[in-house]
Amino acid sequence: MSIKENEEFRPKIVAFCCNWCSYAGADLAGSSRLGYPADVKIIRVPCSCRVNPMFILRAFEKGADGVIICGCHPGDCHYSTGNYYARRRMTLLFSLLDYVGVEKGRTRVEWVSAAEGVKFSATMNEFVEKIRSLGKNVRLEDLRCRN
Amino acid sequence: MQELISRIKALLADKTVDRVLGWKAGDMPYNPEPAYFETEEDLKDFVYDGFCGANLSKYMIEASKLEGKTLVCLKPCDTYSFNQLIKEHRVDREKAYIIGVGCKGKLDIDKIKAQGIKGIKSISGAEIDGAADTLKIDTMYGEKTCSYADAMLERCHVCKGKEHMIYDEIIGESKDTADGNRFDEVAKIEAMSPEEKFAFFQKELSKCIRCNACRNVCPACSCRKCVFDSNKFDSAQKANVVSFEEKMFHIIRAFHVAGRCTDCGECSRVCPQGIPLHLFNRKFIKDINAFYGDYQAGADVDAKAPLTNFTFDDIEPGERG
Amino acid sequence: MQRIGVFVCHCGSNIAATVDVKKVVELIKLEPGVVHAEDYQYMCSEAGQEKIAVAIREKGLTGIVVCSCSPRMHEATFRKAAEKAGINPYMVEIANIREQCSWIHKDMEEATKKAVILARAAVAKVNLNAPLKPGESLVTKRALVIGGGIAGIQTALDIADAGYEVDIVEKTPSIGGRMSQLDKTFPTLDCSACILTPKMVDAAAHEKINIYTYSEVEKVSGFVGDFTVDIRKKARYVDMDKCTGCGVCQEKCPSKKAPSEFNRGLNKRSAIYTPFAQAIPNVPVIDADYCVKLKTGKCGLCEKVCQAGAIDYTQKDEIITQKYGAIVVATGFDVIKLDKYDEYAYSQSKDVITSLELERIMNAAGPTKGHLERLSDGKAPKNIVFIQCVGSRCSDNRGKSYCSKICCMYTAKHAMLIRDKYPDVNVTVFYIDVRTPGKNFDEFYRRAVEEYGVNYIKGQVGKVLPQPDGQLLVQGVDLIDNKQIKMEADMVVLAAAIEPESSVRKIATMLTASIDTNNFLTEAHPKLRPVESPTAGVFLSGVCQGPKDIPETVAQAGAAAVKVVGLLAKDKLLTNPCTAKPDELLCNGCSTCANVCPYGAISYEDKLINDHGIRETRRVASVNSALCQGCGACTVACPSGCMDLQGFSNRQIIAEVDAICR
Repeated sequence: MSIKENEEFRPKIVAFCCNWCSYAGADLAGSSRLGYPADVKIIRVPCSCRVNPMFILRAFEKGADGVIICGCHPGDCHYSTGNYYARRRMTLLFSLLDYVGVEKGRTRVEWVSAAEGVKFSATMNEFVEKIRSLGKNVRLEDLRCRN
Repeated sequence: MQELISRIKALLADKTVDRVLGWKAGDMPYNPEPAYFETEEDLKDFVYDGFCGANLSKYMIEASKLEGKTLVCLKPCDTYSFNQLIKEHRVDREKAYIIGVGCKGKLDIDKIKAQGIKGIKSISGAEIDGAADTLKIDTMYGEKTCSYADAMLERCHVCKGKEHMIYDEIIGESKDTADGNRFDEVAKIEAMSPEEKFAFFQKELSKCIRCNACRNVCPACSCRKCVFDSNKFDSAQKANVVSFEEKMFHIIRAFHVAGRCTDCGECSRVCPQGIPLHLFNRKFIKDINAFYGDYQAGADVDAKAPLTNFTFDDIEPGERG
Repeated sequence: MQRIGVFVCHCGSNIAATVDVKKVVELIKLEPGVVHAEDYQYMCSEAGQEKIAVAIREKGLTGIVVCSCSPRMHEATFRKAAEKAGINPYMVEIANIREQCSWIHKDMEEATKKAVILARAAVAKVNLNAPLKPGESLVTKRALVIGGGIAGIQTALDIADAGYEVDIVEKTPSIGGRMSQLDKTFPTLDCSACILTPKMVDAAAHEKINIYTYSEVEKVSGFVGDFTVDIRKKARYVDMDKCTGCGVCQEKCPSKKAPSEFNRGLNKRSAIYTPFAQAIPNVPVIDADYCVKLKTGKCGLCEKVCQAGAIDYTQKDEIITQKYGAIVVATGFDVIKLDKYDEYAYSQSKDVITSLELERIMNAAGPTKGHLERLSDGKAPKNIVFIQCVGSRCSDNRGKSYCSKICCMYTAKHAMLIRDKYPDVNVTVFYIDVRTPGKNFDEFYRRAVEEYGVNYIKGQVGKVLPQPDGQLLVQGVDLIDNKQIKMEADMVVLAAAIEPESSVRKIATMLTASIDTNNFLTEAHPKLRPVESPTAGVFLSGVCQGPKDIPETVAQAGAAAVKVVGLLAKDKLLTNPCTAKPDELLCNGCSTCANVCPYGAISYEDKLINDHGIRETRRVASVNSALCQGCGACTVACPSGCMDLQGFSNRQIIAEVDAICR
């Protein structure tokens, strides 16, 4: 994907990746030279179940335009059940964000195994594309304005 | 109310209980407040009527630490909260003597005032014993009337039912006051466009003055120290904390009580700015019911809470019907 | 405030070609807490590590950030280096500017900008790092091997020879596995049983090896060095101590309708059976689904004829609980189901068989006593067609995307054996590629073509049509001559893909070992740690990790054994210090955290708490750090934020978020 500097909106995107599958999947994307936009910055967490909704909201509050959480495929969690809890938490959180009018698509969960470098790269490309089409995130920042 | 008071007196007298958690009359006829009573003498201020909306279960957290038993008056909907607190080991069942008090719907003074009734001196018809379905309001401008149902709190129109979930004895009759679906409002918002949704919540949340009344009254918000008051999540700069809290407080609060909120409606009742805070909690409840099967927090102490449970084929985030 | 040193690695040109490392050094120096920054060609080299040590000494560093490759690669290296230089190893964080930056970006300016942000996030995290100290746990000096095929047997033998106790759990009535079903083995054509049976006997006779056949792993708890495993010994209905293995019961058993698993269902066996003559242990089991006595209460013939009095219809499943320090998964493989490949008429004709079925047909102890004959009419075939890659290297979702690796060689073996024994039989092989890397493998394949006249056709078979006369019409394409081919065959042999044995999923879940989309167990590192699972204390042996032939399996089995022995040789292990830790002052005692802990590591106790002068007994969470594996599920379940994860604390992650979003 070619990116022209300064010409278009460059979103801030935070990706939480579980150490065992998705972070390794990102490493594989790297070692396979499968590119994705530099807008994505990865934070390593032990498991998708470590991702507190506070982190996601904090990212948005600090100006992130999109947040993606990647974990092991259901059934493959290194801790056996972590991603199942993460799945419920994120399902409910995303639904609530949608409910308050934060655009769908700014949040995403994707299950990426250590072997899925291709999927990791494709997912990130897709996600960045989506966030670019949505533009800058203003809603969560402005959810409560003091005027 | 007389039956209730004489029973309370008897239980105090025979030392079954050491104190009573109930309501005492406020400075207005419509604002009784939660209070402890330890002697027969104290009980002269005891009141129980249609304005006693306060959910007393949360007070039992502190009362559980006191010596001896505390008699607590719980309305049917309050018992869900009490059960939830038992589930979370926050109250001691052994320390409580629960009188399930009758309820025929609680009143919302703002709804009465909204009908243009001002200068209220006294209100009759709000007593629990009476079967009146009309309130007679003596005001500075003469006597006004108002139908009981029209003056009820929103939550009573979607009442969970007249059954007490937990009690030692029941005094007084309860009435199932539901005449609406509690998810209607949520569904209405869900049907809005993202712009409309955002506009709606921005307008509502912008009213918030961060007084913490919702947090203080909420039986699920019973943390020793709220995350917003501790340094557990900040990162060095205090300014960040404030701004984060400003913007995300209600979303995070709702998430923290998701699966634990019994929908008692106290948050909306006490909000001085009239923000319909229950709309967050109900959204979670509606989603939980739709995604993971019907679940009523506080109905069953042993049930697995939706957020500490899962199935292998749960719905994926972002997918919803 | 920490005193942080940042070290930016060039990784030769891997990083430096795309990231302006000097610029990263220059900019990161401006970050709060950073008192030193430098770049070097290879930080992981000894000279690079020495730079860290020198800076720690000279600048009094308290925290280290290394901007380099993935922490999965060298985090341990740099932690060790820091520890050697006198600071706590957990004061080191890695900014992954290779896999996540230089390797995926082309534009230098952009990659440099991102590298700086990643470095800032790591600096922000280190600022909040705290020294952590691993705990210690004892090692149970006993290993469990799940699966009693050649992989499991070899692993067990090697561990036992090193002097440690080993238990083998095998779910079928005998050890031996797939190899025992094979007739001959490539590339030397020695008889499988002749080389396997002595190993089976060795294992059974070894004083350090204990074999549980007809048993399955039921439950696994604990962690590396200290696993507790429940093994279900299924009711055999035969007393293993009394049975002499005379075999009379099997002869007399009137119920002979059960499909023989050993012969791939090609013939029947009795309800009381040993899977094959050389079974170890040579003690039959009663198949409750077919035993007349167990089903109806009548019969009891085997009990009557058993002179040893070994039959016991009242036997129940038995659960054995045992502690282990290490667990080896050697669950092996099966061939895929062919229901999605109906074009080859496997379900329609008895004469379309899989290669494993052909092994049984060719075997003297098989359903045809080793005579090559059609299963439909018992006639000797004249034309045999082999079809390669049935379900392997599949681009659609019907089969497997991978190469099953063994099929080219066993097909060459089959073709050669048939041409050797029945020179008048024509053998044709349809193949996509012939893949024969391996010692003496290509020579073997060439012999099949050149000496034995096997007809290899590069091309795929589109359809196998059973004809009314019982013949099979094979329609294929010859890619080299670019022409359609139609040929009649008496028998078609499908080289069906292999896949991990179906029970592996359940076992992996119990072990919390990761598994890939094809159900192969994932190795800790594809190149450098190929016999270890990412789950500490779990090791991989044989095809459960990926397709491989017998020599490779045996080699891997030995490698896994060495890893196990290396673990068991230790008396104590250091435990991961990145565990959950509650703040007792904030704990509500609500038990929500305990409800999501997969390890049962959280318990509650009534404890006297001094909360800023208020002393009261409170119910508070307590984490057993030996059990906690550090997933963090509890930290999010906890509404008050009282539960935090050391090394990945709330504040650390939020600091990273802030640094990235700044």
